[in-house]
Amino acid sequence: MTSAPRWRRFDEWDARMLRHDLFAAEDPEAGFATFHSPWDPSPSVRVEDGRVVEIDGKPEAEFDILDAYIAAHHLDLEAIGEAMAIDPVDVARMLVDINVPRQKLERLARGMTPAKLVSVVSAMSSLEIAFAYAKMRQRRTPGNQAHVTNAKDDPLQLAADAATAVALGFDEIETTMRVASNSWANAMACAVGAAVGRGGVLFQCSIEEAEELKIGMAGFTSYAETVSVYGSEAAFIDGDDTPWSKAFLTAAYASRGIKARCTSGASAELLMGFHERQSVLYLEARCLCLQRAMGVQGTQNGGIDGAPLTTSMAGGMRELMAENLIAVWLGLECASGNDTRVSESEIRVGAKITPYLLAGSDLLCSGFGSIRKYDNTFNPSLFNGEEIEDYLALQRDFEADGGLTPVEEGEVSHLRMRAIRAIAAVFAELGLAEVSEQRMVSVAAASGSQETDSFTPGEVTRISDAIRERGLTAVDVVRALARRGFDAEARNLVLMLRQRISGDYLQTSAILRDGKVVSALNDPNDYQGPGSGYRMPDARWQAVRNVRDLQTRDKVLERERRQDPTAPPWLVPQAEAAKGEDPHEVVIGLSPAFGGELSRTTAGHDLIDVVLALTEGIREGGGVPRLVRIRHTADTSFLGLTAARLSGSGYGIGIQAKGTAVIHRADRLPHMNIELFSNAPVTTLEHYRAMGRNAALYAHGQAPEPVVVPVDGQSLAARYHVRVAMLYAIETGLVVPEAPPLELSMTLGQGGLST
Amino acid sequence: MTDPLDLYPISEKSPDSAVSASGMPLDRLTLEEVMSGRVGTGDIRISAEVLRLQAGIARSAGRDRLALNLERAAELVDVPQDIILEAYEMLRPGRLTDPALLSARAEMLRRDYGAHAIAAMIDEAVAVYSRRNLFRRRY
Repeated sequence: MTSAPRWRRFDEWDARMLRHDLFAAEDPEAGFATFHSPWDPSPSVRVEDGRVVEIDGKPEAEFDILDAYIAAHHLDLEAIGEAMAIDPVDVARMLVDINVPRQKLERLARGMTPAKLVSVVSAMSSLEIAFAYAKMRQRRTPGNQAHVTNAKDDPLQLAADAATAVALGFDEIETTMRVASNSWANAMACAVGAAVGRGGVLFQCSIEEAEELKIGMAGFTSYAETVSVYGSEAAFIDGDDTPWSKAFLTAAYASRGIKARCTSGASAELLMGFHERQSVLYLEARCLCLQRAMGVQGTQNGGIDGAPLTTSMAGGMRELMAENLIAVWLGLECASGNDTRVSESEIRVGAKITPYLLAGSDLLCSGFGSIRKYDNTFNPSLFNGEEIEDYLALQRDFEADGGLTPVEEGEVSHLRMRAIRAIAAVFAELGLAEVSEQRMVSVAAASGSQETDSFTPGEVTRISDAIRERGLTAVDVVRALARRGFDAEARNLVLMLRQRISGDYLQTSAILRDGKVVSALNDPNDYQGPGSGYRMPDARWQAVRNVRDLQTRDKVLERERRQDPTAPPWLVPQAEAAKGEDPHEVVIGLSPAFGGELSRTTAGHDLIDVVLALTEGIREGGGVPRLVRIRHTADTSFLGLTAARLSGSGYGIGIQAKGTAVIHRADRLPHMNIELFSNAPVTTLEHYRAMGRNAALYAHGQAPEPVVVPVDGQSLAARYHVRVAMLYAIETGLVVPEAPPLELSMTLGQGGLST
Repeated sequence: MTDPLDLYPISEKSPDSAVSASGMPLDRLTLEEVMSGRVGTGDIRISAEVLRLQAGIARSAGRDRLALNLERAAELVDVPQDIILEAYEMLRPGRLTDPALLSARAEMLRRDYGAHAIAAMIDEAVAVYSRRNLFRRRY
């Protein structure tokens, strides 16, 4: 007996992109645990003489650097008693209760240890976590952040792509370099590009801390998010910092008017090899308590570099949402991950972003790749330049504001060229470089750096060195822009400098909209159930839903319009049709708009060709074709049955203008047809010819092989139904209930019929 | 007394209170002033006064940890960049073997720049680093 063969479906599954993803088994001892590990401590706290002397089962003498900092600066003695005593499930219920205010829950969080916070969110489903996130997040209006980088560190492309990102609606732009010494050129180019168009976008150049501070002081950048913290002492030390060094750095950024947020996220400690056998959520909860304690305004968490590792674990995506929830519950701005590409499966990518679109977030992605994947120096993001329109569609589908706005081709082309000319002008004015027109045009048109003829990395390094060595600042750039006629861009840069002096964007969850700061202070999330919280204003919703190439009736009908409306009709109605006598006759019943108002099938075939194919097929099969116009119905079954009942053979063909066709027989029930072509978009002229032939063969009493129109699984509905619905309405609009069928003569083309 | 929150955003509600580190009022930071050459590097730096104002706003908004951070930032406004970066480097793990050097840096910041909160933070680090044996060379 032969053994059971391998089901080939597995081969197909093996070939799918999903199979590139790795899925890890639960193994807490190796650090592979999401919400709980046997080595996680139970929540506890002990206070003596106004001092926290025990956290999560650990006495003060054993406090590591995180415990020590959390004990001294996170735990609020006034809230601690109530917060630690309350049942975790009760708190979880409060988090999803629209009648419990956000502020009350934030007060409780200030009295909770990391293990206590974990015990609460562990009681929540993904849906509950997403809902609580919508309620607890800090700023009412959602926003988003873009990565703008390229593989050549080409400043022309950086400027163009920064301007494009601004047009797309991003509130923050983050760049980094392939070559560290190019940082100053990158910073200047992105700062100029971000000033083109609406302006008012926060900008960051991610590099080593000392250099990042210097670039910030020169006025090019306005925020930093490289303040990484880790959930175990060993990982922290390995990351070359301590809570105190990071708290000091945080204050240093603010002292230069630079907005800062910390970076943490599940599995960072696992990647670094210092997980202490604890769950990734527990370690992240420690990071987040620490961040609140440091007084940083916000965090980017939700996996970040560790996200793919986290999503390799069962419940990983739920865990990432849970750690975002803890962040906002602690009152922190949250740039909620969704940056690192966690999967090669587009389905998993789309699913990953969806809860965030529904809930909203201060910055949905802490780095949406606005450029091509290969140009992303941070590595590919969850969403990238390739997929921006998919994201725009999701916003539209769910009526959810993901922070992005559809752009028009002409607008983008203009902005890209303007940005390139602006940075070229600044380079020329400051004596940094001369840019040829050919390079500018090359970059403006390029989707990514593989297509550009522009600066080499070496040339960029010389520009970058000159900027640094000459101590050029944003003030010099403002002057250069204005002198070369880029007045609007110069003013936008001045606006950013003014904002810096006011310190307004140092407050929690601050972004700039229309040149004004919008933060958790002047735009607090006030969600309390239906009718409250963020809803897209009308103008915003108009913009979000206006994706590219919307189908309208005007456009669809224009496409159908006959090329020459004055040409005489090719189907000429005659007298009322009567039943035929010829036993080999096959009547073709045409729908009301066929060949008149509508002239092509959804597959694009001219209806003249379709009629010729059918009639020629009928003749090939030994039949005699006759055309009639049916007016009382546009339904394929009834078209076919009506034609069959007029036919001398009892066999007829019914066909709609969109190309749907049926062979029918006079004695059958309406929906019991002989053969049906239901997928008009993939039906060819050869199929129509074969249908005609078969109809004639049936009329001769034969039993031909039915014609099968092969389909390959395309979503014909997604591709065609909008147009089909609009066109079919024309057919139904012409229906006259009592009108009898009319004989038709065909007045052009060989093979035409006459009656 | 008015609620500090009413001053927020300062750039819109109280631009008079916004003065750069050099003492230039916000209103004077315009393109025209920049073009006239009267705006220098110090004029685009945030001032300690504004940071303290923002700290008061944060506190009033129930964000006392952020307020403390902004107050620490205010203390660092006048501290030169190289001293800040040096202090940061000293605070990183494994840079010093002698706690006294870090204590001395705290004292210097307290004495020369009146950075009391910053100094207290560094003193706290000295104590914890000693207990956790972080005053050991990493390279």
